[in-house]
Amino acid sequence: MNELAITVIGQDRPGIVADVAEVLARVGANLTDSTMTRLRGHFAMTLVCTGPTAAEAEAALAPLAEDGPLLTTVRVVGGESASTATGEPYLMAVHGADRLGIVAAVTRVLAEAGGNVTDLTTRLTGPLYVLVAEVDLPPGTADDLSRRLTEVATGLGVVVTLRRADSDLL
Amino acid sequence: MTGGEYTGLGDWTPEALGEPGQVRPVVTAPSQVLGQAGAEVDPTDREVVRLAADLIATMRVSPGCVGLAAPQVGVGAQVFAVDVTGHPKAVTVHGTFVLCNATIVEASRTRPGREGCMSVPDLTGDVKRASRLVVAGFLPGTGAPVRLVTDGFEARALQHEIDHCSGLLFLDRVAGAHAVYQRKVYQ
Repeated sequence: MNELAITVIGQDRPGIVADVAEVLARVGANLTDSTMTRLRGHFAMTLVCTGPTAAEAEAALAPLAEDGPLLTTVRVVGGESASTATGEPYLMAVHGADRLGIVAAVTRVLAEAGGNVTDLTTRLTGPLYVLVAEVDLPPGTADDLSRRLTEVATGLGVVVTLRRADSDLL
Repeated sequence: MTGGEYTGLGDWTPEALGEPGQVRPVVTAPSQVLGQAGAEVDPTDREVVRLAADLIATMRVSPGCVGLAAPQVGVGAQVFAVDVTGHPKAVTVHGTFVLCNATIVEASRTRPGREGCMSVPDLTGDVKRASRLVVAGFLPGTGAPVRLVTDGFEARALQHEIDHCSGLLFLDRVAGAHAVYQRKVYQ
């Protein structure tokens, strides 16, 4: 079974998802995981699908890029990737005045502690920069990591919080 | 429907059912029964009493489980068991109980929280629920009408189970497009 990773980005307008999903469905592409959002007026789609070959998917998407508004990429990816999260789930929030290198600095601290970012969003509104990330941390590392993050954040002039993202089983 | 005034649980315990209860397999999504509203039941019906006992028995053998609704064991009925005893987030605790045909009478003070569900084992989601709640329902066996006033975690559990009885999962109530997560498995 072919597994493809596809990205689509373009100036936002109504109908991008419908257009892309339709041409992919026509070549038998089954969308498995996807994330789509609007970033500063651009609509960005990242999706994984199974079914067609890369060439078939590229051919299907090509007409959407012809007019120039959408940029698409298709690549073959390996089968079921290991999603074996064995860490503890945490939520990291950073906010403060925008400056260069905030994402690089805080994610480097996470990486050095063996933490794995599983989801991350940033937003800039006026002078305020906001970063929210879901991270898996090795058991027992949260307190030290929280101290280290605070040091780095203080150096950047931003505020960082790290809290457990446990879910309750109901 | 059974008459009489709504009261608290009184001295009701699962022993009042007179049934030890049997553990039933838990149904997972996308099973049809989880997406359909459960039927109203006669709380004095022998089958309903047996179902109530089975829900408690199944809840008790499931680690971390604080509530279980009839659709989760494959029965499309408005019956659920709840027990949040000992949960760190619980404030008001009514112990182990089962309600039939439960409805929400009052709900206020909405709070976000991340929920997982035995019937959706691989996902969790951020869901807003009322943290102050008044629920009315009927006890299995006697059919006595009860009115429970609760808050916090027990309120969340009750709303989650009442949703199950209406054919709704937490997935129907997530707070946004990025509010569903792969469930983390850790020791």
